[in-house]
Amino acid sequence: MSAVLADMPDSVAPETTKAIAPSKGGRPWTFYVLATLFSLYVIALYGPMFCIYILSFQDIRGGLVFPMKGHSLHWFVDLFTQVRTGDVKGSFDRSIKLAVIVTIITVAVSFLAGLGFRKRFCGDTFVFYMMIGSLVAPGLVLGLGTGLLFQALGLNASWYTSALGAQLSWTLPFGVLVMFAVMSRFDHVWEEAAYDLGASRWQSIRLVMITVLAPGLVAVALFGFTLSYDEFARSLQTAGSLNTLPLEIWSMTLNVTSPSLYALGTVTTIVSFIVIGASLGSIVLIQKKRGSRVRG
Amino acid sequence: MQPSPSSAQTPPRANLAGWLYVSPLVLVLVPFFVAPILVVLAASFFATDGFGGLTPDFTLASYIDVLHSALTLKLYLATIKFTALTWVFTLIIGFFVAYFLVFHVRNQLLAIGLFLLCTVPFWTSNIIRMISWIPLLGKEGLINQALLALGVIRQPLEVLLFSDLAVVIAYVHQLTIFMIVPIFNSMARIDKKLIEAAIDAGASRFDIMRLIVVPMSKSGIALGTIFVVSIVMGDFFVVKVMSGGGSASVVSAFYEDVGVLQYPTAAASAVLLTLVLVAIVSLILRTVDIRQEITR
Repeated sequence: MSAVLADMPDSVAPETTKAIAPSKGGRPWTFYVLATLFSLYVIALYGPMFCIYILSFQDIRGGLVFPMKGHSLHWFVDLFTQVRTGDVKGSFDRSIKLAVIVTIITVAVSFLAGLGFRKRFCGDTFVFYMMIGSLVAPGLVLGLGTGLLFQALGLNASWYTSALGAQLSWTLPFGVLVMFAVMSRFDHVWEEAAYDLGASRWQSIRLVMITVLAPGLVAVALFGFTLSYDEFARSLQTAGSLNTLPLEIWSMTLNVTSPSLYALGTVTTIVSFIVIGASLGSIVLIQKKRGSRVRG
Repeated sequence: MQPSPSSAQTPPRANLAGWLYVSPLVLVLVPFFVAPILVVLAASFFATDGFGGLTPDFTLASYIDVLHSALTLKLYLATIKFTALTWVFTLIIGFFVAYFLVFHVRNQLLAIGLFLLCTVPFWTSNIIRMISWIPLLGKEGLINQALLALGVIRQPLEVLLFSDLAVVIAYVHQLTIFMIVPIFNSMARIDKKLIEAAIDAGASRFDIMRLIVVPMSKSGIALGTIFVVSIVMGDFFVVKVMSGGGSASVVSAFYEDVGVLQYPTAAASAVLLTLVLVAIVSLILRTVDIRQEITR
């Protein structure tokens, strides 16, 4: 994902990346086989998700499987008004706030780390592998460790301290990896040109790097927000007494057997889609603006 | 990222600047990745009163417990089974989807669009995507309904949901994207001229695949494997929900242990799992320089 977002500006233009099928002219038979495979994959990817969106709009008789029983918004109302489904509203609120904080920190820290990793320095490999370790370590184990650590230090675990840190240990490696992909397409020459024209280090970062890398930074923000908003394993032992949304969903999967579960799925996916749409949209917008400025 | 001389020759100033840039990253990873891992390691040597209280101690009792239990072997075999099956399916699907996008879709913009289509679900909730299989696979789900209607089966199949099959389906559904992205990335770097030259020289489709595409996608396959293996081995909620409690993995047993406050046993099992994971990942890393790959 990272690479393609970073790729978007470049891959449209240069000719070396022009797609060339193995043979020109007529499509080889493999094209049809693979096109079928691809379509099946996409159907399997989205099909089940759409099933639960559809099923969440049933009326009060609704069950967990097809066929649809009536149409209404009953289960959405149920979700936000009933006590037995838990504190959906509160956890929703917390998850959004937490995701925003995580996004801001992830963008800032990943950007700085991306700058740092451009040149080799003593110990850079160590930091790099620490990051990879943080990425591949089992989330539940890390969460437990963080929870025990807070307990040992006499601190209270809560969503804005321990869970925030636990989530950052997950979003930052992704953010930095995306930054790598983005930075590798940044030409040093631009920065040097800025220095030659008398820019200070801060000016060159603010006016040249951040401006040029803006689409990449949006991509990092997208990762930060969505990974935090949907994070589950690392938050489980670190969120303290108040749940985040994925934890709420988790407890619902264990004891709620009504379409409210699907309604919650629909609501949270709508939020994800809004964030994804806004991010991709702003990347495209930035690119377009740039294109027209160059031409005009 | 620029290839640069070995770090031994870097001037101290560059070292300082490098560390300054990555210091925020380190300041997050040390308390929320390194420290929790050390806490879990320490807890594995502690004694317990059985009620969640930990007594600082140095005993190998928990390790002996874990290693002596017949359950441990069963859990590891189950985990390895799930990992292997998921790896095979995600690799096959991921490889051919990436191959289709890179070599068969001639319009670059369309290829990026289709690629994004594959990646969007990655930014939505994993739990929701997992439970979205319930209306399809359940006893009264769509697949059973369809098979009954077609007369293929007389009684609804019960193995579809809450079984090992459902677990593997959910894993493949969630994780194929982790294969597609890195493989797509490395395939996109293959110079199309190379393939045309091979065709001109009389290579068959199979030869091109065997001698050019697969070897040159190796780094992407390795990266994808690291993601898939570490996520499946560290997962517990897919196993718990999709198997209906019928199957367990190392981490789901860890989760149960934590639930009954058996911290030292849980910690010892977590340490063992981490060692296994580190061994697998470093084995994969020996075949590919991941940092070179990402930053190139």
